[in-house]
Amino acid sequence: MSYNVDKKGYYGQFGGAYIPEMLYPNVEELRKSYLEISEDSEFKKEFDYLLKHYVGRPSPLYFAKRLSEKYGAKIYLKREDLNHTGAHKINNTIGQILLAQRLGKKRIIAETGAGQHGVATATVCALMGMECIVYMGAVDIERQQPNVKRMQMLGAKVVAAESGSKTLKDATNEAIRDWINNPTDTHYIIGSVVGPHPYPDMVARFQSVISEEIKWQLMEHEGRDYPDKVIACVGGGSNAAGAFYHFLDNENVELIAAEPAGLGINSGKTAATTKKGKPGVLHAAKTLLMQTEDGQVVEPYSISAGLDYPGIGPMHAHLFDSGRGNFEYVTDEDALKACFEVSKLEGIIPALETAHAFAVLKNLELKKEDVVVINLSGRGDKDLGTLMKYI
Amino acid sequence: MERIKKAFEEKSEGILSIFITAGYPNLNDTIEVLKELEANGVDMIELGIPFSDPMADGPIIQKASEVAIDNGMTLKLLFEQLKDLRQHVSIPVLLMGYLNPVMQYGYEEFCQSCQEVGIDGIILPDLPLYEYEEEYKELFESHGLANVFLVTPETSSERIQKLDGLSNGFLYLVSSSSTTGKKDGIDGTAEYFQRVQNMTLKSPTLIGFNIKDSKSYQVACKYSKGAIIGSAFIKALNGSENIKESVNNFIKIIR
Repeated sequence: MSYNVDKKGYYGQFGGAYIPEMLYPNVEELRKSYLEISEDSEFKKEFDYLLKHYVGRPSPLYFAKRLSEKYGAKIYLKREDLNHTGAHKINNTIGQILLAQRLGKKRIIAETGAGQHGVATATVCALMGMECIVYMGAVDIERQQPNVKRMQMLGAKVVAAESGSKTLKDATNEAIRDWINNPTDTHYIIGSVVGPHPYPDMVARFQSVISEEIKWQLMEHEGRDYPDKVIACVGGGSNAAGAFYHFLDNENVELIAAEPAGLGINSGKTAATTKKGKPGVLHAAKTLLMQTEDGQVVEPYSISAGLDYPGIGPMHAHLFDSGRGNFEYVTDEDALKACFEVSKLEGIIPALETAHAFAVLKNLELKKEDVVVINLSGRGDKDLGTLMKYI
Repeated sequence: MERIKKAFEEKSEGILSIFITAGYPNLNDTIEVLKELEANGVDMIELGIPFSDPMADGPIIQKASEVAIDNGMTLKLLFEQLKDLRQHVSIPVLLMGYLNPVMQYGYEEFCQSCQEVGIDGIILPDLPLYEYEEEYKELFESHGLANVFLVTPETSSERIQKLDGLSNGFLYLVSSSSTTGKKDGIDGTAEYFQRVQNMTLKSPTLIGFNIKDSKSYQVACKYSKGAIIGSAFIKALNGSENIKESVNNFIKIIR
């Protein structure tokens, strides 16, 4: 069994391209060209150059001594928080902006929740001198002002999504609507491994640099090119997809996904999609989806705006369904505790999203010789407003 | 399917099809709106299944969908409301909506319920062509349901031929590259209408999206068998105290 995408754009029963005809030419153009373009040697050269000199890759794989002592295993942190803009998101936006240029697109649109992907998109648009419009839920604009200002400083236009619940899901709807209304000159940079095929695969490929580096970095540290466990948080799931990618078919590696349980799985205030969701179609992909019996999408909740999504990437839905992935559910409270613990033990303030991955450690049965990699997907500065209440 | 065929046989031009979200403006208005539309000479009806995330719709239909869901409309309830549909309404009625509510209801159960109440066709814009062909074509057809495909200005002629070949109702020509009710009129896309009109298609065509008055209705009729109006009609029903009067006034404006 392969855990990667098949020829038709599915991961098991999940994925596909559930798009209206208005989007067919755009998505079809991408589907036909994304592999050819991204495998081209000139493209690769430019992508690698920017990742190295602009983003600051490779990101370190850091042996976390004090965390390792506390949990009784060899714990390594993949430092995506040290990337330019402070998270893994930029790996994907660099890839997609280069792709958009080669497709002759003049205008870039994106959705954002907490603002991290919006900032990463605004950054690459500034770098390439391209017009940038970022859709963001009106509610998120209120609670993530610093990122709104960052995007504006970078020259992007931030448009409030006023429909529905005015958060990430609605920002995504608005971006899709923009794309329907601007079918020829616009490229839509989706920020996660969601949306119609080929987006989940394309974003996973651009993020796969994370596990590609983990392989050779572990070889240097441990003399083998795979860990026993990889832990990553999952909202849509792009950082997890990148951290899992080169280990998907290596069954020696346990893939652990930390999903946000919010106030508790059965509290009604949660974003634990694999626990509460059923197969459904949202944003043009078939995946696990939190919804009512009638098929209306249920609004998710998590303390972390970046994990606040009612679905999950189809790759992860399949990892869950097939049993390949180990899904753990982390409450707001446990994520906060983990955030403070990592800050004090390692001198690193992780993003609240990332803190969910750390919170899983206490649930695992670990042996001293176990090699564990945690994908430190982003830094926590952006969350200070939330964290201040708990200091 | 048969009622749709008959409608196009009996009338070779100027067909008027109206879209209305089920359960809008009030939960139990569905049947009354359909009856009034038929009484005012409308030829066909598309009844919208409300969905929380209508990605191809502009603000007016989004809002109608939201209101209908808040009113308590569900697909299950809709089929109950439509139980006696054919005692009240004789023109073709199609259901239009997004895939997810249908998927949750169950495709087979959905087709069966459609057949039981006398629905004639289905428009599910986010049902991919490959999936329809491989999995649902037979199911839909065996329940007498026409599946209506959308065509846009960006759809290649080759693909239009393919959609035409699979179509058993009519082709829905989206007037311009836009969400519903987004643009002002349909004057800018005559070249595209002409191109489709010049193709020899077996299916009749109707033009929809951004048709809102007599003038745009006339343009649509010039290039196809008729027009589909949604957002403009929903706008006319917004805040209506008297459905009969509102429907009558609106249709008078169109033709």
